[in-house]
Amino acid sequence: MLDTIYALSTANGRAGIAVIRISGAGAGNVLRVLTRGDLPSPRRAIVTTFWAVGSEEALDRGLALWFPGRGSFTGEDVVELHIHGGTAVVAAVLEAIATIPATRMAEPGEFTRRAFLNDKMDLTGAEGLADLIAAETEGQRRQALRQASGELGAVYESWRLRLMQALAHVEAAIDFPDEEIPDDILKIVRKDILGLKTEIAQHIDDNRKGERLRVGLNIAIVGPPNAGKSSLLNFLAGREAAIVSKTAGTTRDVIEVRMDLSGIAAIVSDTAGIRLAKGAVEAEGVRRARQRARDADLRVVVLDGSIDRFERDSVYLAPNTITVLNKSDKGSHCAEIPRGDLGVHRISLIRGDGVQEFLSSLSRAVQALCDVGSAPVITRARHREAAADCCDSLRRSLDAALPELMAEDLRLGMRSLGRITGRFDVEDLLDIVFRDFCLGK
Amino acid sequence: MVGLSNKLWDVVVIGGGHAGCEAAAAAARVGAATLLVTHNLETIGEMSCNPAIGGLAKGHLVREIDALDGLMGRVIDASGIQFRMLNRSKGPAVRGPRAQADRKLYREAMKGALKEESNLTLLAGEVDDLILERDGSVQGVVLADGTQLIAGCVVLTTGTFLRGLIHIGDDKTPAGRFGEDPAYGLSKTLERAGFMLGRLKTGTPPRLDGRTIDWCGLEVQHGDTPPVPFSCLTDSIRTPQIPCHITHTSVVGHELIRRNLVRSPMYSGQIESAGPRYCPSIEDKVVRFAERKSHQIFLEPEGLDVDTVYPNGISTSLPAGIQRALLDTIPGLEDAIMVRPGYAIEYDHVDPRELRSSLETKRIPGLYLAGQINGTTGYEEAAAQGLMAGINAARAASGKSAVVFDRADAYIGVLIDDLITKGTSEPYRMFTSRAEYRLSLRADNADRRLTQKGIEAGCVGPERARYWAAKKAELDDARKIVADLKASPNELAKHGISVSRNGVSRSALDLMAMSSIPFSSLLRVWPALSGMSEVVREQLEIDSLYAGYLNRQDADILAFKNDEGLMLPAAIDFAAIGGLSAEVCEKLKRVQPETLGAASRISGVTPAAIVAIMRYVKRGSAEFGD
Repeated sequence: MLDTIYALSTANGRAGIAVIRISGAGAGNVLRVLTRGDLPSPRRAIVTTFWAVGSEEALDRGLALWFPGRGSFTGEDVVELHIHGGTAVVAAVLEAIATIPATRMAEPGEFTRRAFLNDKMDLTGAEGLADLIAAETEGQRRQALRQASGELGAVYESWRLRLMQALAHVEAAIDFPDEEIPDDILKIVRKDILGLKTEIAQHIDDNRKGERLRVGLNIAIVGPPNAGKSSLLNFLAGREAAIVSKTAGTTRDVIEVRMDLSGIAAIVSDTAGIRLAKGAVEAEGVRRARQRARDADLRVVVLDGSIDRFERDSVYLAPNTITVLNKSDKGSHCAEIPRGDLGVHRISLIRGDGVQEFLSSLSRAVQALCDVGSAPVITRARHREAAADCCDSLRRSLDAALPELMAEDLRLGMRSLGRITGRFDVEDLLDIVFRDFCLGK
Repeated sequence: MVGLSNKLWDVVVIGGGHAGCEAAAAAARVGAATLLVTHNLETIGEMSCNPAIGGLAKGHLVREIDALDGLMGRVIDASGIQFRMLNRSKGPAVRGPRAQADRKLYREAMKGALKEESNLTLLAGEVDDLILERDGSVQGVVLADGTQLIAGCVVLTTGTFLRGLIHIGDDKTPAGRFGEDPAYGLSKTLERAGFMLGRLKTGTPPRLDGRTIDWCGLEVQHGDTPPVPFSCLTDSIRTPQIPCHITHTSVVGHELIRRNLVRSPMYSGQIESAGPRYCPSIEDKVVRFAERKSHQIFLEPEGLDVDTVYPNGISTSLPAGIQRALLDTIPGLEDAIMVRPGYAIEYDHVDPRELRSSLETKRIPGLYLAGQINGTTGYEEAAAQGLMAGINAARAASGKSAVVFDRADAYIGVLIDDLITKGTSEPYRMFTSRAEYRLSLRADNADRRLTQKGIEAGCVGPERARYWAAKKAELDDARKIVADLKASPNELAKHGISVSRNGVSRSALDLMAMSSIPFSSLLRVWPALSGMSEVVREQLEIDSLYAGYLNRQDADILAFKNDEGLMLPAAIDFAAIGGLSAEVCEKLKRVQPETLGAASRISGVTPAAIVAIMRYVKRGSAEFGD
């Protein structure tokens, strides 16, 4: 039997209220001991006094909720205590719970893990919940909530069911050669698999939008030395993240700042100025700058618009690039500029000219890169790998020369999907076989 | 009788069905002094359901039984009257041999085979109870007349005889098979010992008088020519071969069934136990597939010189009068005389999770269960278990360890592992889809997989051991030859074989893996290959055909064997392992899996739980943390 676990579910520190959650077979007993009364009706808040264990001392007065097992979040009996959020009150109540036998403090993530163990959520749901708790931006929150509430799981589940049906139909053709299985069953299965393969391929081919949204969009600020790259980073970050100086080549390595750009998590990197480097250290900085620029989801190329020459570089013209001509306050001499595909802005970071237009353009670009639309998207590399493996298996199954080899590939495909959603059982397969065909003499 | 009861038997087998016969013969081959006790010596080897052996997965089982020198393959070869290799159009892994049997010839051949076993004695009698030692292990059996037989091990193979109840319409008759009494005493014995019993149901169609069937106009199905035997020790089939016929039900008949559903015990609520999904009654078919306008019926002859016919496809428990009326609606059967009505039978079975992988019960050491009593259906499934129970009972009686095949070794392994880890909620039947390593577990390579293991287990007689030694030597030689014979692309081109001209020499084995190159063209390059026997060449070709897939599967099998290799201590306390939900704990406690692999196959046991168990066992302590 698992221990009864408890933990402060709200953040540590002084607050109006604090919530303590208790889960496990002993949760009801904890509530009875603390309130010195019977269990309240399920899922109804009651106002009650919480008592110390073994003394006549009242610890606090607050709300208590009783969620009996199976239907609760963890699937076990769960109790929630809403108490006043003072440090001393919280400590006293936790201490009282600790004195009740067979209880212990929960480890991080243990409530979710129990929910998973008790089949209250699948793996994608559990991951979504972890993301939801960790969400810092609006975009992350929305995506995590959708995943936690099972939207992504539903997509994988629908694939699983379709793949299982295809496999079941191949198995029926293999195991029941004397029975009245439609002659064209394998042809129909091939069509289904082709459709499913296309759908999974499309799902994978999403430009990693979901992962970007979860992990953060990578934006690289690149350009020649002394164009104002670090100033732009500081402006975006609203703090002195990069050292800004007039000496060209001050930024020798990549500097990263995490920020919230219109609700989307972004990792903005300031990079070393790109030029023919003087010395090994700078050369390494330039190499890294180019690398970072190539790997980024979005590039902001910062050029000094007030001078008429600078070294050109191929990364300035990579797709998903916004070009910024800084120092417009000093006039405009630059004639032949490399134009980024997402637009060109003349700005002055010192005077603030054109900055608003640039920001809204940046914001639009960021939104577009993370626009996941209405369909749930892949949020983790693990899912992407599994889906890609599944896709490969489906492709092979279509080329397989014999039905049993086709089945073999479909089984491998099921197994890949199983890495996301959980394993499959041959009994489920047989259920479909006997549901879809009248078999047996 | 006195002589028998004074003797100390190594193994007593109760039951003379397919499980009992294999169990008794296997125990005797292993060298145990064996006694087979059955109600009636005349019904030894009786086929109580349809007169056929084999098919997909079932045929694989028969070949495995044969590879272990069991009887079923040789007996059906001596009594089969129509042989067909199913799935000829598909690959070798999913081809299954099947044969219609002459019931009488089958019984006679089985009895003949048993009589040849020198360590085996047959006895007609009813076993009423078990004799248990003080420590709870089995010591022998008590017959209905009070005779006590002392035995080291007991194998129980009582089929559907445990509290069997036959239903025909509203009529209920206690019976084991039609016209035979059920066994109550042993049922009570098992219940008293605390075994979890379940109740299952199965059904049969009416039997017809073939002389009154109008065969004209019915579809004819012939067997293969020449017929392919089940046993590798059979060189040719000598029984005369006859065809089967196929007819169909019609909408008129379906309407009749619908109108009378309330009179079918399965629909009226009279039968509550679970029937098999794959062997639905005609009532089930009509209800569940209402859109179908007809269902096919195989008219299977029951023998060469008997006239009864088994109409496979219309199993039913409707009242006899309705069955008769149903026949009126089926082409060819309008005037057929119904020799005996179809019926449904309910019976007790023991929850197979009560068993170890040796088929010994956990509750009563020395007691082995095999066949339908374990919740399976089918002669082949029964025989496979009987064979293993017989081998293991005989080995245990002489103090030797159990022989267990796993899921990568044999369908026998899949069968037993499924039973003991998952239990069963319907009569368990083997399908090839149950085998993860289907491409390796073929009917054509059963001897390559199992005969050597059988020799080590002591259950293979000298004739088969000689056969296998010769075949193995030939296979090894051939494999070496085809690997050593090499030719450059230019040399091959001279013989009309084109491969990419990269200068790399190809071996004959490489070329056999290419489906585009027929074996005959290899003979032009290397005439020496013509000395290879058909059987051996076929094995090499099949290995090549599946080569890519088999290589991938081998990696899987390796991982699987790793998990199987991690034994769980018998006294493991699952509750002491952190991180297991109450439900998972409960399931593990019930099954008591012997290996980590077995634990992972129990439904509802999550991968997270498996990791927790593995860490716990490897650490060998009660502590467990992330």
